[in-house]
Amino acid sequence: MEFSDLIRTGRAQAKLLRGPEAPPLRGTLCLTGHHLLLSPGPQATSELWLLLLRSVDSIEKRVASDSGTITLRCKDLRVLQLEIEGVEASLDIARSIEALSSLESVITSFPFFYRPKGLRLGDAWHFHPPERYYKRVARETNAWRLSEVNEDFSVCPSYPRAVIVPRSVDDGALARSARFRQGGRFPVLSYHHAPSGTVSPPLPRLCLLDQLRPFLALFCTGPANSQRGRGEPLEAFKQDSHLCRGQPLQESFVHLVEACGDPQQSTDSWLRRLEGCCWLAHVKEALSTACLAAQGMEREGACILVHGAEGTDSTLLVTSLAQLILDPLSRTMAGFQELVEREWIQAGHPFQLRCAHSAFSHARPKHEAPTFLLFLDCVWQLGRQFPLSLEFGEGLLLALFEHAYASPFGTFLCNSEKERCLCEVRTRTHSLWSGLNQPKEQRKLRNPLYAPNPLAIWPSVELQSLRLWQGLFLRWIRPPEPSEVAWEKVWQIVTDKEKTKLSQPTVSASEPQL
Amino acid sequence: MEHIRTPKVENVRLVDRISSKKAALGTLYLTATHVIFVENAPDTRKETWILHSQISTIEKQATAATGCPLLIRCKNFQLLQLIIPQERDCHDVYISLIRLARPVKYEELYCFSFNPKLDKEEREQGWMLIDLSEEYKRMGLPNNYWQLSDVNRDYRVCDSYPTELYVPKSATAHIIVGSSKFRSRRRFPALSYYYRDNHASICRSSQPLSGFSARCLEDEQMLQAIRKANPGSDFIYVVDTRPKLNAMANRAAGKGYENEDNYSNIKFQFIGIENIHVMRNSLQKMLEVCELKSPSMSDFLWGLENSGWLRHIKAIMDAGIFIAKAVSEEGVSVLVHCSDGWDRTAQVCSVASLLLDPHYRTLKGFMVLIEKDWISFGHKFNHRYGNLDGDPKEISPVIDQFIECVWQLMEQFPCAFEFNERFLIHIQHHIYSCQFGNFLCNSQKERQELKIQERTYSLWAHLWKNRADYMNPLFRDDHSQTRGTLRLPTTPCNFLYKFWSGMYNRFEKGLQPRQSVTDYLMAVKEETQQLEEEREALEERLEKIQKVQLNHTKVKAKQSEPSKHSGFSTSDNSTANTPQDYSGNMKSFPSRSPSQGDEDSALILTQDNLKSSDPDLSANSDQESGVEDLSCRSPSGGECAPSEDSGKDRDSDEAVFLTA
Repeated sequence: MEFSDLIRTGRAQAKLLRGPEAPPLRGTLCLTGHHLLLSPGPQATSELWLLLLRSVDSIEKRVASDSGTITLRCKDLRVLQLEIEGVEASLDIARSIEALSSLESVITSFPFFYRPKGLRLGDAWHFHPPERYYKRVARETNAWRLSEVNEDFSVCPSYPRAVIVPRSVDDGALARSARFRQGGRFPVLSYHHAPSGTVSPPLPRLCLLDQLRPFLALFCTGPANSQRGRGEPLEAFKQDSHLCRGQPLQESFVHLVEACGDPQQSTDSWLRRLEGCCWLAHVKEALSTACLAAQGMEREGACILVHGAEGTDSTLLVTSLAQLILDPLSRTMAGFQELVEREWIQAGHPFQLRCAHSAFSHARPKHEAPTFLLFLDCVWQLGRQFPLSLEFGEGLLLALFEHAYASPFGTFLCNSEKERCLCEVRTRTHSLWSGLNQPKEQRKLRNPLYAPNPLAIWPSVELQSLRLWQGLFLRWIRPPEPSEVAWEKVWQIVTDKEKTKLSQPTVSASEPQL
Repeated sequence: MEHIRTPKVENVRLVDRISSKKAALGTLYLTATHVIFVENAPDTRKETWILHSQISTIEKQATAATGCPLLIRCKNFQLLQLIIPQERDCHDVYISLIRLARPVKYEELYCFSFNPKLDKEEREQGWMLIDLSEEYKRMGLPNNYWQLSDVNRDYRVCDSYPTELYVPKSATAHIIVGSSKFRSRRRFPALSYYYRDNHASICRSSQPLSGFSARCLEDEQMLQAIRKANPGSDFIYVVDTRPKLNAMANRAAGKGYENEDNYSNIKFQFIGIENIHVMRNSLQKMLEVCELKSPSMSDFLWGLENSGWLRHIKAIMDAGIFIAKAVSEEGVSVLVHCSDGWDRTAQVCSVASLLLDPHYRTLKGFMVLIEKDWISFGHKFNHRYGNLDGDPKEISPVIDQFIECVWQLMEQFPCAFEFNERFLIHIQHHIYSCQFGNFLCNSQKERQELKIQERTYSLWAHLWKNRADYMNPLFRDDHSQTRGTLRLPTTPCNFLYKFWSGMYNRFEKGLQPRQSVTDYLMAVKEETQQLEEEREALEERLEKIQKVQLNHTKVKAKQSEPSKHSGFSTSDNSTANTPQDYSGNMKSFPSRSPSQGDEDSALILTQDNLKSSDPDLSANSDQESGVEDLSCRSPSGGECAPSEDSGKDRDSDEAVFLTA
């Protein structure tokens, strides 16, 4: 294995500092192909500390006379400091971490070696295929069909094998349409919105389409008669949105994290920097655009075609947020996982390129952009405004953020289904969903306050309603205890009720009269 | 009633701030105590009530084709924009309100006519709910070091202090009187909080009349006595909460601050909290930002920063943290003063007490804290909150800032407080409402002369009666983190200070979270309790059955399906929610028929998160009901902005502007 070539010194004595609130750890530092380990020694009670090398975003080394200090900035925004005995050893370790954390090869990455107890390979991979979503659509309308025109990824390399398209369009027309679109991303169904209410007359069916072209634009066709399935643009209406993509978004992210990491500034300069980085403006823009799309579907009964430049970033942001607003099913634990799988992973968001580096990298961003993080932030804002309407809690969003950037699971590997097939990701790695859906994780990930809400949830996008997502951006900076204590208490209140309910004795029907 | 020129105007429109196209048609009534707007819509007849004492400014704007707009800004941050068809009616309403909103006699205030239908005994009991002598006993006083002094009997020494004060045992009447002569408005050092664990204390006073070189032996002895009352420490901190420049400027006027050389064993410390005029302007600027019509995120954040409001909040918090640390960690007593010792000193002492003592973080303890540090020590409620017509330069959101500090702490420590946000909001409301007698006048002496307790009712009894609405379901008094002193992070955390939308935008329901976690959890708790009671009843019954007919009874403890939240009242967790105008500067959606939107089946209006918990409150103004909010704000643009700080000023640290 070539890993051993990259590891110059595998072992050293070190002290680990994990921020102002956590106590330092001392022990033997060990470097393996995928991990950095700190073993606190036999007498210590604390457990082994482990860091996935892939999650290191940038590394900084400083040497003194007989020791070295390595600062590791991680992709989940944690900042760690290692004080290592021996100048030579610390330089070697720093160099090794640098090399190992930026390996490009997918098939030698950790998910291909990760074999956790209690999980079986291949589980949950076939959890959310397009076929499954099509079954739901087919129950609501017969205007759409499942096409296998992309069976061998030849029509569109970034789409999955099966896509949902209007019934009246045959595969030949799809292929021709694909040739006219950048990256071959011809319009496909993203979400079919069934009319709300039960007694409504046969309203025109609504749909959201996904497509591509320069500048994100929302095409709202008039009240479409999609009984015939034609997204025929009656009275075409173009809506430009100013959603930022790519580099500006990445820069905004970098500046925000920089501002959060500087505790010495005054309150005023904090606000100035928060304003300067524009992150909240991006959040507002993304939510507004999604709301506009959702509003068009819910209230006007319109078909909507969404596209951006490549159709793999802001397009997905808008379509997935619109679904969360409209579709109660997507707000459940399973539904949200399906949404992420279908609308981000299988729809070809290039995770490998976008999440190669997080906010600390010194390298000039090439393809990096925190689009998925922006999506998670918007979902968090929805959850803050509707604290009872999402079945999952902040914990799931944080986990998705972490795993998208560095993960022992294979779910976020590669840039498209085609690549995932080539690397045999599905058969050789574990799915994140099976990892997350283990019972022991539930208390962290679920929202104990959840009560199904059949209505659309329209968020306020006014400035006063949007907040900085402290749980993510200040996660390693503010002391975590107060919110943890609160979370515990919420669970306790809710489980108390469940317990009391369950322990309710019931007198059987044969109870004699007293 | 003689001030009401026209009691009723019809066909008035109330403009919705969020979607300015929407306006409700209705009738406007002026009564002796309220402005009332009743909507014409026959099914709702929604009413909006505004107390005259809540009115901050009234602005008549240029007459338009549709009518004459009248803008009413309230002290509880409500904003009403009315359009009155006839210019003459508008003028009459304007003139009437100008007079009604500025009463000249205490007797005109609402509390003298407000009658919650309680008998005399109940009223007296209400006033006895919060008892400060009990509070000092709770602190462990009197003891070997501190005693109750009667030196201020009949307000002989200081007319803005209470009669019952705790002073060091070694401070004789001679020393106290001597010290009082050397202090602004004779506000000599007296005990605010005693920390039982290590004998350290927080004392408060006004600035010394030191000028450039004056000394006072008794004052020096007084501070010495405070130090001696804490045997564990050989010095005390003297904290001047003003910016140094302001304090120095005061020396020219014969006031100033303590000279470390003259006093033995003091450590002197400035903490720069700005004066009431800076704070008033800061709030004004922040509210202007809130009123901006469709601002960008950058406008909003820039405006928020520019107002300096959060910086001022942090300054007050920092001062409180400094004192709390000195007392609990160093075991050193602290003497706090500003200029007169009734604004910044009250803020800082109460924040420090709140951090130090978990009792003040309970519902009743918080009432005690306000009673002690604000009401009894002569915070000038009448001047600061403009209850009676007076000098507009005396008005300043001093206690509002303290209340916000508490909220900021609640956000950081969700489990540390027994009460919730609504409690704070209602207290703020009533400080301005003049519905209860607690916050009337400028001092205890004035309140006694007015016989407040015989003629009005106490807010504390009212809040206590409705305490179920004010409970924080997350409160944990058992947890190590919430017991004892609240531990703030060691690193300064500016980002922890947030804009309090729940207060400053509280009438714009669309901006608030649409579902309330607090209400939901309270409901869950209540249900748990009910279930428990039911279970006990059932178990009792089971026992009886088993005893009586052992052989015939078959009992199964059948487990009910663990369905989540079944049988749950959904009134507070369904969403009352309509999409707003998301297009902003984009083109709006082509609508097929404009009227269709409002009949949408998904639009079910239900009760909002801030439920109508306080019946009196909701009767007075409609802030608690309805989702489609009536209250509105519109862009500022009139000329009614409070006047600038100019001319002569009373606050002595104002002098800094003249000399600097």
